[in-house]
Amino acid sequence: MDTPTTYFHWGFILISMPNLLVIGGMIALFAIALVAPFPHAEEGEDGHNK
Amino acid sequence: MATTSSAEGAVATPESKSWTLRLRQTIDRHLPMDHLLPDRQPYYVGSWVYVFGVVTIAALVWVIVSGVVLSFMGPQWWHDSRVGRFFNSLHFWSVQLFFIFMVLHLWGQYFMAGWRHGRAATWMIGVVIFAVSILTAFTGYLSQQNFDSQFIAVNAKDAMNAAGAGAFFNVLNFGQMYGLHVMLLPIGVTILVVAHIVMVRTRGVVKPIDPEGGAQP
Repeated sequence: MDTPTTYFHWGFILISMPNLLVIGGMIALFAIALVAPFPHAEEGEDGHNK
Repeated sequence: MATTSSAEGAVATPESKSWTLRLRQTIDRHLPMDHLLPDRQPYYVGSWVYVFGVVTIAALVWVIVSGVVLSFMGPQWWHDSRVGRFFNSLHFWSVQLFFIFMVLHLWGQYFMAGWRHGRAATWMIGVVIFAVSILTAFTGYLSQQNFDSQFIAVNAKDAMNAAGAGAFFNVLNFGQMYGLHVMLLPIGVTILVVAHIVMVRTRGVVKPIDPEGGAQP
């Protein structure tokens, strides 16, 4: 806890490991939400969910 | 009274002076209960992307509940007692979840162009909620009453002064930051979130972009 975290530096981008992990996790969660099947998502006769 | 107002059969006429009746009928016309509390949604709402907004609201509820407890008990309690530190952490981590899911909700709405078909005001209120939430979180970091909050305040004061905001927004003034954090800004966020939800309920969820015709304005 007392040691500074690792930083990544590519060109003008400078980001800490924790921030990179959070952003990476958010992108992964967003991608999963797009493809993961949602329960009861079939279309009913009236255009609503069943 | 120009009209008699029984509970069921009241009708507002042009000469009606009953503002409660006119208000009630306006609400009924623009926001009927089947819009406010729907039990079914269009089939395209069946995606986890639509859950991000709800999780954001759930996180906000925990932020407010834990924040009320913290404000009631005070800094001594949230630093020195085990239960206090638990509520301090509960407040902090629910804020992290609030921002994470708010940004995921923003991404989802951006890529589906959620401002289409008369929903521009809903989108713009969402942007304002984001901005006010950042200000609320900033004043929260300044209200921790520890070395971290002192470090942030001392470093932030120069930016505030350079921006010309230091005269009325003094980050070194704990009373001002704490007052803004526990009173004005949370009330602002809550009112804006309620308005945002009501507008979503009024117009419903935006239709998916037509792959043939592209996004309609």
